[in-house]
Amino acid sequence: MTFRTTNGTAIRTRELTRDFPRVRAVDALTLEVPAGIVFGFLGPNGSGKTTTIRLLLGLLEPTAGRAEVLGFDVRTRAGSVRERAGALLEHTGLYERLSAIDNLEYYGRIARMPATDRAARIRELLTHFGLWERRAETAGSWSRGMKQKLAVARALLHRPALVFLDEPTASLDPVASASLRDDIAGLVAREGVTVFLTTHNLLEAERLCAQVAVIRQGRLLTVGRPEELTARKGTRVEVRGRGFSETLVSLVASRPEVRTAAMNDGRLFVDLRDGAEMSPVVSLLVGAGASVEEVRKEQASLEEVFLTLMEEER
Amino acid sequence: MIADVVTVAWKEVKELLAMGGNLRGGRIGIVIMVGVFGVFLPLQTGREWVTSPMTIAYWAWVPLMLVTGVVADSFAGERERHTLETLLASRLPDRAILFGKVAAAIAYGWGFMILMFIVGLVTVNIAHGHGRLLLFSSSFTLGALLCGLLTSGLAASAGVLVSLRAATVRQAAQNLSIGIMLCIFVPAFGIPALPKSWKASLMQAAMALSAAEWIAVVGIVLAAIDAVLLLAAITRFKRARLILD
Repeated sequence: MTFRTTNGTAIRTRELTRDFPRVRAVDALTLEVPAGIVFGFLGPNGSGKTTTIRLLLGLLEPTAGRAEVLGFDVRTRAGSVRERAGALLEHTGLYERLSAIDNLEYYGRIARMPATDRAARIRELLTHFGLWERRAETAGSWSRGMKQKLAVARALLHRPALVFLDEPTASLDPVASASLRDDIAGLVAREGVTVFLTTHNLLEAERLCAQVAVIRQGRLLTVGRPEELTARKGTRVEVRGRGFSETLVSLVASRPEVRTAAMNDGRLFVDLRDGAEMSPVVSLLVGAGASVEEVRKEQASLEEVFLTLMEEER
Repeated sequence: MIADVVTVAWKEVKELLAMGGNLRGGRIGIVIMVGVFGVFLPLQTGREWVTSPMTIAYWAWVPLMLVTGVVADSFAGERERHTLETLLASRLPDRAILFGKVAAAIAYGWGFMILMFIVGLVTVNIAHGHGRLLLFSSSFTLGALLCGLLTSGLAASAGVLVSLRAATVRQAAQNLSIGIMLCIFVPAFGIPALPKSWKASLMQAAMALSAAEWIAVVGIVLAAIDAVLLLAAITRFKRARLILD
């Protein structure tokens, strides 16, 4: 089963807005998600991530603006979007009284998959997730991690072109999270599906996502590849040595390639601007009579970028 | 559309049958109902079980009670167990979801009614047949099946309508019970409270109708109520409202 995308774009929103009586949940969101990648949608609690997914699935009407998903306008062709997308929303949505296989069977029938294809696909996914041997057990008797895997299998069952995963590893222990993350990464690579992933786990986003967007209070703060975003924050360099004075620190801070410089516990910490080199700064230090013993570069993490963005918006 | 309705009904019936331990909707409740209406009452009533008009009233009442016991769960249960949003995010059209749930509730109530109907017939033949085959007349059978189907439909449409807006299954069940109690008690207390001349006219009109005409009138009224309730449920079914509620 193949689905159309619009010029390699799976999701396109323009000034997408959704108001509730007392709050603007999504505020003029303009976004493009390329097809075939894992796209991370990051933001604190209540930032509008879930509302955005609901808007993109046509479950809620936008107050203003528009959104196209897989080439379909969500206002007028929501049914077509839902037909071609899979979703793991805030809750697993599993029928706990039914067996794992019946849960998948139900959604396979909903997707109108032919019986033989449905059976083969269910077996393939349950085997991939290591759940095949326990397929006859009721979903309610399973651990949270297993349920989450089953819910991901359900979302991928009909080979959708696009999958929405709303915090799939939330409330899982680190081992279960890592296992699910690896499973998702493996399936995405194998099936070429576009994934719209919301998560609080920034390490997870950094590992899985080709692009991320950060929102706060419904507004888009930034979007780009994780390495671009971390590079924008600059590079932090720790210099160990002797002879660092306040005057020298001021001199370093005045260099064009340096964003900030500070001394702490006898060590010099320098934040370099995007793409800046450290060697001119080291030359300056040595030229000023300081003795440099060790220079250690640290790339900012996505978490630091995220926290900085949240801080700036406060 | 029909395939989608069958799919939703398939899941609903599977879930209903998987419910264990719940006295009203579960297996124990069904066993008790079959025991009472399939064994005890036919034994007590004797040969009149296959001729008494009172038996038709049972076949109208039994599915009503069976469906009422389970239909409150249709939407409120999905909402309570957090499965509703995932279902709404699927490709299923609104009406397929709605009709599938109504169909499942009807199939459950009417199906077990037919089972009790057959068990009752077997019981009365074993206990009171004395070598003769006791059977319901064809008009009686048709009337009983029709009444059972329509009261199942009544409970299913009303239940789905109530369940659509209820936050919890308990709230839906309470609202539905209140509605059914009103349906029973308003005529029960209202008719005796009518002026004597009105009661006399009503009695005269009632006596003028044959049993078959009575069944036809009741059938038409029930079918009309079922249709109105179903239309109300269709109007009320809004994906956004179901999610935000």
